[in-house]
Amino acid sequence: MSDKLLNIKNLSIEYRTEDGVVKAVNGINLDLKEGETLGLVGETGAGKTTTALGMMRLIPNPPGKIKGGSIEFEGRDLLSLSEDDMRGIRGNKISMIFQDPMTSLNPVLSVGEQISEVILIHQNINTEAAIDKAEEMLELVGIPGGRYNDYPHQFSGGMKQRVVIAIALACNPKLLIADEPTTALDVTIQAQVLDLMNNLKEKFKTAMLMITHDLGVVAQVCDKVAIMYGGEIIEYGKIEDIFESTKHPYTKGLFGSIPNLVSDAKRLSPIKGTMPDPTNLPSGCPFHPRCDMAKNICSDRIPKHTNIDGHRIKCLIFEEETKKQWI
Amino acid sequence: MSNIILEVRNLKKHFKTPKGMLHAVDGVNFSIEKGKTLGIVGESGCGKSTTGRVILRLLEATDGEIFFEGQNIREFNKNQMRKLREDMQIIFQDPFASLNPRMTVSEIIGEPLIIHKLVSNKKELSEKIKELMDLVGLSQRLLNTYPHELDGGRRQRIGIARALSLNPKFIVCDEPVSALDVSIQAQVLNLMQDLQQKLELTFMFITHDLSVVKHFSDDVAVMYLGQLVEKAPSNELFKNPRHPYTKALLSAIPVADLKHKMDRIELHGEITSPINPAEGCRFAKRCAYVRPECSHGDPTLNEISDGHFVACHLVDNLVKNK
Repeated sequence: MSDKLLNIKNLSIEYRTEDGVVKAVNGINLDLKEGETLGLVGETGAGKTTTALGMMRLIPNPPGKIKGGSIEFEGRDLLSLSEDDMRGIRGNKISMIFQDPMTSLNPVLSVGEQISEVILIHQNINTEAAIDKAEEMLELVGIPGGRYNDYPHQFSGGMKQRVVIAIALACNPKLLIADEPTTALDVTIQAQVLDLMNNLKEKFKTAMLMITHDLGVVAQVCDKVAIMYGGEIIEYGKIEDIFESTKHPYTKGLFGSIPNLVSDAKRLSPIKGTMPDPTNLPSGCPFHPRCDMAKNICSDRIPKHTNIDGHRIKCLIFEEETKKQWI
Repeated sequence: MSNIILEVRNLKKHFKTPKGMLHAVDGVNFSIEKGKTLGIVGESGCGKSTTGRVILRLLEATDGEIFFEGQNIREFNKNQMRKLREDMQIIFQDPFASLNPRMTVSEIIGEPLIIHKLVSNKKELSEKIKELMDLVGLSQRLLNTYPHELDGGRRQRIGIARALSLNPKFIVCDEPVSALDVSIQAQVLNLMQDLQQKLELTFMFITHDLSVVKHFSDDVAVMYLGQLVEKAPSNELFKNPRHPYTKALLSAIPVADLKHKMDRIELHGEITSPINPAEGCRFAKRCAYVRPECSHGDPTLNEISDGHFVACHLVDNLVKNK
């Protein structure tokens, strides 16, 4: 147990809005070891970003509220920490890269100041040493240290995302949460940034939670994968489990939806329908209205996790009691 | 030859900026056959959307000719152009920004029909709207809803229905699925494929997503800084890319398959500025195979095998030496 850097148990998060209670995250379990990369995959509204914000305790309250569960990090439950203690962890031991580098940097501070700011807050060193460290960080992500005094608008999108990565890694965090870090970038730039993140991750042995909707990116950088749907993790396992022995109908549907460069399928096989309304999730299995395999039982019975050698699937097709219905 | 619906010759669009002339589109030549799809790919800022807009004369070209069904449409006057718009339509990228938030679904789809006087009375209009909604898979109960009530996939279907309402022959699709989730993206792509067959449409499909373009297009043209660097039938381009930029671009795509080994050709630096570009090959600065001759004279598109065109000094030399 002690080798687990992060252990999320039964985490539930909801937003209370005028339209009703939005159950964004419903009892998810995740764990990460040091140096491991977990991919969190899902479509818009699946609850990926809410999970990440929950881990940082950055859910806006109101309307958001962490309903239950625990987030154990280095043996301490983050949910029971005081706000001061939490501030000492954010940006220091756990840091986050946001999706859009255009909006996550402060336009009126130079990039150097934004990097040294983090260092000054968390490390007991003087300003000069912090500036040196910031220049070092810039060089590390492939930007000349001499651009310390340049402002974000003087950089291109890929460069800005490098600055964001430099800020996130400035204090050598144990855990890096990357929320769609390359979605806003062009493919050649995406390749550069992914390479950079892979190298830095190995160098510093940082564990990483990679949030993305792109299964191609997952195949390149992740060791483990969790597929989210309707606020639940419906399939979880090693990358080989997910890519080579795909089990859950939703995950299969995701693979069928992406045009593949390697194969020559003339037609895609999309998942029918659209994401469920999170204020009014379907009964039973949240995926059943869109599932081609669904039977009557799927609308009344909430599936439990079936564990096949660490490959966890939340689907009645694989449960001991119900699987005979599909044979 | 008569099968060619659209041809552009030496198309240019320059924008005046405080820093100098921005060469957004700089001497592009291509043609599209009736009923086929030409995919245009490239990174942001390469001029692919501008090309689409110039062809529809939503932007006025700086130079060059655009032939639609044999007629040079750059010489058309306002009335001729309006008539022509029945045949040429566009589907925009962002279904959240391209629909008027104060109009209902039926008003949005019906507006082109009214403007072009294709219906004579209200009954005919509402029948035509319902027909179009059926065609793109929108349920009729959504007739009086507003765009903000609908999800991205449905909104993009409205955009498609609106483009189809005038019964066009040619549609420019500017990143039609980029803003959508993968499962919805697949639905919309399948819909567009069905419609193309049913209505014999010709598409110009602009995207940055190479996997989508491979799946969807008959021919693919790769753009870099306002110029075409390579054009070939889709399978040929993906199997046998010749231009160094195309090779690097293809190798950068993350493939959702663990067995697919990546031999990535890393491109250093980023796309350079299209303002007052220097003479010579525009890709030279980032190219791993750059030679002194690359900075002299623009490389031209030369056919190296059947239907496969490449604009690269190096490939020219290779072909000549053979």
